[in-house]
Amino acid sequence: MRWVGRLGPVIGLVVVYGLFALIAPESFTTVRNLETIARQTAIVGMAALGMTLIIVMGGIDLSVGSTVALSTVVVAGWLQAGGSPWGAMVAGVAAGGLVGAVNGVVITRLRVVPFIVTLGSLLVVRGVAKGLAREQKIDAPASWLEELLAVLPDEQRWMVVPPGVWLMLALAVLVAVGLRFTRFGKHTIAIGSNEATARLCGVAVERVKTLVYTVGGAFAGLAGVLQFSRLTVGDPTVALGLELDVIAAVVIGGGSLAGGEGSVWGSLVGALIMTVIRSGCSQMGLPNWVQEIVTGGIIVAAVALDRLRHRRALAT
Amino acid sequence: MSVRLRMQGISKRFGATVALREVSFEAPAGTVVALVGENGAGKSTLMKVLSGAVRPDAGTMELDGQPYRPRHPLDGRRAGVAMIYQELALAPHLSVLDNIWLGNEPRYRERRRHAAAALAELGHAELSLDARVGELSVAEQQMVELARAVATDCRVLVLDEPTSTLTRPDVERLFGLIRRLKAGGRAVVYISHFLEEVTEIADRVVVLRDGEVVGERPTAEWTIPALVAAMVGREVRELYPRSARTPGEVVWEVDGLAVRRGEVVGIAGLIGAGRTELLRRMFAQRNWRARVGMVSEDRGREGLAVRWTAADNVTLPRLPWWVWPRQQAARAGRWLAELSVKCRSPWQRVSELSGGNQQKLAVARLLDAEVEVWLLDEPTRGIDVASKAEIYRRLDDAARAGKAVVMVSSYLPELLGVCDRVAVMCRGRLGAARPVGERNEHEIMLEATGVGGAP
Repeated sequence: MRWVGRLGPVIGLVVVYGLFALIAPESFTTVRNLETIARQTAIVGMAALGMTLIIVMGGIDLSVGSTVALSTVVVAGWLQAGGSPWGAMVAGVAAGGLVGAVNGVVITRLRVVPFIVTLGSLLVVRGVAKGLAREQKIDAPASWLEELLAVLPDEQRWMVVPPGVWLMLALAVLVAVGLRFTRFGKHTIAIGSNEATARLCGVAVERVKTLVYTVGGAFAGLAGVLQFSRLTVGDPTVALGLELDVIAAVVIGGGSLAGGEGSVWGSLVGALIMTVIRSGCSQMGLPNWVQEIVTGGIIVAAVALDRLRHRRALAT
Repeated sequence: MSVRLRMQGISKRFGATVALREVSFEAPAGTVVALVGENGAGKSTLMKVLSGAVRPDAGTMELDGQPYRPRHPLDGRRAGVAMIYQELALAPHLSVLDNIWLGNEPRYRERRRHAAAALAELGHAELSLDARVGELSVAEQQMVELARAVATDCRVLVLDEPTSTLTRPDVERLFGLIRRLKAGGRAVVYISHFLEEVTEIADRVVVLRDGEVVGERPTAEWTIPALVAAMVGREVRELYPRSARTPGEVVWEVDGLAVRRGEVVGIAGLIGAGRTELLRRMFAQRNWRARVGMVSEDRGREGLAVRWTAADNVTLPRLPWWVWPRQQAARAGRWLAELSVKCRSPWQRVSELSGGNQQKLAVARLLDAEVEVWLLDEPTRGIDVASKAEIYRRLDDAARAGKAVVMVSSYLPELLGVCDRVAVMCRGRLGAARPVGERNEHEIMLEATGVGGAP
């Protein structure tokens, strides 16, 4: 029963993928298409790594989309000012981390619920991004950052997927291991499972919370770097509503908004499921509104199935 | 006097456990019948059967001679069975009037008139029908619940631990209300752990133990020791192990309470006297880092992360920065075995364990963290006798090994059985800790209610 639960999202992915593969075998199963799916998943997947930690801790972060936009602006601005690509990347991540740190501090110090705090910062950060960019797109000189998520040139086909995807996978391993094997990870789960118990057992709840929101923001910043790579410009209006995709990915992957549950791999599979639906629908020529209906249905169905499984597990 | 409520041969099993075994119970009109027994004795199951929340496997019920077969708590309410629980069922944002008629709404004029009449019958016509319930005191809120029962013409009123959050003057007031309700011909079933109160308010006392009625007499024929003996049964002697212990040096002094190595010191008092706050204050001064550990009074909400695993719950206070699951399981598994916790594996979810086994995990946490000072807040509340005995044995072991144990409990026999010294707290003030040999239940109760005791 337990492994069925863990494999649930994977089964969902296989079913969805299989369905489109049956309908369009000649285009959907090509290596190229798989690469496209991987590239399109990378941004949501990267942000989902941080969101997984936040949701496991029983929190939520609605400011992810705005943070991604801010990060693209910071990266482009840095490059435009003549900074190095490495510096731009670090600045983008740092901007995200700063947003997360502020979220965390407000949540823990002012004791406002995370939903409200990050709803506020969703607006504030979007505003800051637009202000920084003077409400325009920021052009940046060409750099290797643009290749992070670009289609691989033929001489680099051995990489299978672009470096940005590898970066996401490597960090996914890091986060998964950190959540499972470190004290920090255990404390994160403890807070999500029962904050009062965590406090009783001496967990520095405020510190861990602030740190997790900071890390979550940094991942959103890194997702912004990938977004920049996709756009090649800084765009303060990009990634509108991205946070909902990210939250959906975590929830489809088994994360519970009540906290205490969720897995990095589940979240990535959740992100993949959504990309596969999108890519499949558009290849079949289905309009955008059909994709939206299908994705919405899948989110609710995934969570409903998860609840059902839980109730059964409790009954036995 | 006519019999309002008659329950006959009620039996109920939950899986392998027998919760009620052919229980018969009667409540005549115009009387208060107290139902006492240890936690797990079957009181709450019996009352759930009465309310309609639980359907019995066997047995019949009658209200005023008519067969009564509720399939749902709503059936019970319609038939005139009102339940008032320790946690009040009120909507704090609504007015007194709205709360009285919640889920049961006649026309507006009648509502006001009936509600006012109900408050008047309770002798509290001065309470405004338009006041917001959230702004009332606990005692006033309880009155709103009673008014709801009166306004909806209840015939049988069940009060489950109604005094545990009340101060003594409020308790007196509540008793006044109960006497009025009784005079109105209603049958009142009164459930409480406070035996002094039971003998004060009840006309008859029924004792339940292990799902069976083990005693039923008019109150005048009971004494408190007889009630305790009936409730606890034969296990009363071996329940509290106490080996020869020698108190050591004082490791901590808080509010005049000297905490010594090798000793169990108990804190008695009524709920709300400030005992929990005292423990919290101590735990805020020194925590796990100073080798002080605490067991919370609220197992489900604070003591344990019930959706998490047993191993994680036990090892949480003292995790290394890198956690090997195998080591974690070995550490937890050792304590699970030593405390004979019934579970399939250390990775089992806590919510799947029984209350007693859950509480053992909270104690295992102290053992695993190797704390020197144990702070325990109602450590045996609501758990079975076998688990209690296991926990008492651990306290004894800990004290013998030179640890200092501070235990808050509302259950006096437990304090007298386990502790070396007992102090009593009354309205935020802690009295002197005196050797248990000089203490008895009666005198502790007097001191706790502020009537007597050491100056």
